[in-house]
Amino acid sequence: MNFSFSEDQEELREYARDFLAEVLPATRVAEIADSELGIDPAVSEKIGSLGWFDPELTFLDQAVIVEEAGYALLPGPWFTTSVLVRPLLADDDPLAVRIDAGSARVTLAWIENERRTSVLDIPFSESCVVNETSLKGTKILVPDAALCESVLVPVRDGKGIALFEVTLDPQQVVVRGTMDRTRRFGDVTLDGLIARRVSMAGGSLDVVRLQTRLLAALSCEAVGVGRRALDLAVAYAKEREQFGKIIGSYQGVSHRLSESFKEIELAKSLAYRAAWAVDTDVAHEPGHYELSRAAKAQAGSAAVFACEQAIQVLGGIGITWDHPIHRWFKRAMLLSAWEGDAAAQRREIAEALLQRRTV
Amino acid sequence: MDFSESAEENSFRLELRAWLEENIPVQWRDREGFEPAEESFLREWSAKLYDAGWVGLTWPEEYGGRGLPSSYQNIYLEELARADAPDHVNVIGIGFAGPTIINWGSEEQKAKYLPAILRGDEVWCQGFSEPGAGSDLGSARTRASVEGEEWVINGQKVWSSFAHMADRCILVARTEPDAPKHLGLSFLLVDMKTPGIEVRPLVQITGIPEFNETFFDDVRIPVDSMLGARGEGWKVAMTTLRHERGTAAMGMALGFEKQVSKFLEMLIEHELQDDSKLRDALADAWIRLQALRFTNSRMLSDPRNIDGVPGPESSVAKLTWSDANQALTKIALEAQGIAGSLDDGDAWDGGYWQGQRLRARANTIEGGSSEILKNVIAERVLGLPRSR
Repeated sequence: MNFSFSEDQEELREYARDFLAEVLPATRVAEIADSELGIDPAVSEKIGSLGWFDPELTFLDQAVIVEEAGYALLPGPWFTTSVLVRPLLADDDPLAVRIDAGSARVTLAWIENERRTSVLDIPFSESCVVNETSLKGTKILVPDAALCESVLVPVRDGKGIALFEVTLDPQQVVVRGTMDRTRRFGDVTLDGLIARRVSMAGGSLDVVRLQTRLLAALSCEAVGVGRRALDLAVAYAKEREQFGKIIGSYQGVSHRLSESFKEIELAKSLAYRAAWAVDTDVAHEPGHYELSRAAKAQAGSAAVFACEQAIQVLGGIGITWDHPIHRWFKRAMLLSAWEGDAAAQRREIAEALLQRRTV
Repeated sequence: MDFSESAEENSFRLELRAWLEENIPVQWRDREGFEPAEESFLREWSAKLYDAGWVGLTWPEEYGGRGLPSSYQNIYLEELARADAPDHVNVIGIGFAGPTIINWGSEEQKAKYLPAILRGDEVWCQGFSEPGAGSDLGSARTRASVEGEEWVINGQKVWSSFAHMADRCILVARTEPDAPKHLGLSFLLVDMKTPGIEVRPLVQITGIPEFNETFFDDVRIPVDSMLGARGEGWKVAMTTLRHERGTAAMGMALGFEKQVSKFLEMLIEHELQDDSKLRDALADAWIRLQALRFTNSRMLSDPRNIDGVPGPESSVAKLTWSDANQALTKIALEAQGIAGSLDDGDAWDGGYWQGQRLRARANTIEGGSSEILKNVIAERVLGLPRSR
């Protein structure tokens, strides 16, 4: 068993880390979050030149970037474009070609009902197809909708799930208010917009494979978020003095950070294991599937926990708008909820274990 | 990154599996009330394991081992667990004392002590903790002083597993009373048959005497029984603890897998599988188990490890396992309602969860208390200032 990333992947990680640390210090993240637009076009432009749209990147390569993007809280639709959408497309589809050239921003629009938000819940929607170039209806909670030029809409019929690329009109995108202002959601009305059936990798959309990829990606991002919260808190605990001592020397403070460290390490192990399973295309198989769920449960919870502990260690300033920690806290909560929180994952895992009657 | 087993590892596994199939003694297999702690049985079994080449897998070949990476030790433990076979009687000798002697011993000492360890001809116990020195091993008070060609030892050790059957003991004693605390200790290798040593069983809240107190009353051992130099005892002991923590981590994951399995069995057998709280607990335990397994692997295969033994990050394993085992055993007993207050033959499953619930309370104390491990992470991993 070899748990290490390759040398190339470690290099990729280092470049990502350095690049993001330079262009996206916490203060800049706060500015972007509080801005109308919610993105820094200059940063987005630079991403293209880093090779992050290269179709040769494996899922494990992407997982490394995703983790560092979580650490930096990178706003913008690189995630939806490269991790969610691109793998669904055949290499010669025009949208795929544009994505690979770094000139497309696209997201996935799969939710109709707030209570049924898993990709497994993609509803039967033959009625949403007007004809081959026109869909109708509204998709809600579309991540980064306002930052994209088009959305990919899955359409399920009796035979499978097809994908349509719909070119957006900003007038038909309603941005919802969100706590996490670095990843915003929008509702998109499809009526009257130009649609095009895309050429898919593998014929029909495999929602289980899509889900396991999403579970692994969100887990890796959550690991990055948790690491940042821990680092912020540790840095503060080494500097801040009260009662004549550095507060990191008080066990009430340090033990919280040790607990955060532990939870993040556990999350890393499961997240990397899940990413490997996606990369080797076994994640959807029984056994591996439960491990993807386990990764999501642990990583989502660990990120939230690390942020809560960080706020506690920061004391009063941790509760101010000014201090950046709440940005990561809000992202952590989103990641935890997306595609099923820990409790939801446990329900599914328990069912699987009891069905097969063995651990 | 690769989670599949190598061809070599797999064939090792299958070979061991087949050997165990053929060689587990009948009385062990068919045991019902068989007292597994029978000393002679365990010694015979250990010799059998050794003769078949399954012992000292990670020891250097020059000392009788097979020089294999720790993944093989993990496979060995997995297959033993799978076959429900007992481990070697000399876990302390093979896992802690031996590696310490390999690290610190003279060539004469290695030649004298190592061969007998692997076969189980000499069983080892550990003499570290004292009533007044648990977490704070550095304040140990058992004294040893030189008289002629002998060390004379006086004092008391506690929590010594296997002391009742041990041939030898790794002992931490204060030999430099005027030196600063951590520099005043030395590491001695003691023959447990030496006159003046008394071993008394220590009964735990489970009713079982798993551990012992060991008393040293003018115990005289040859002066060349020291490992390392005078005053280096603390450093030598740290080597032992490093190995202890690395070995323990593997056992924890396998032990917890058995625990989660039994919990699942209990839910099914007692028709509790529809209880949402118990289902949640099952899944939570399973997630912790998987996280523990993969974290162990990740840390064991870290190229920065010394002697293949993980560093302070490995505290994560014990912290995770001890909390998870306590939580699971608690919920398992609570699921029995007031019938959970029964014990032994009158209780569910022969009182299994009763025993586990009680025994688990020691998990956060033994082998590095949770408080100490959190300090280790805080100071040596996160770089926070010392609390004391």
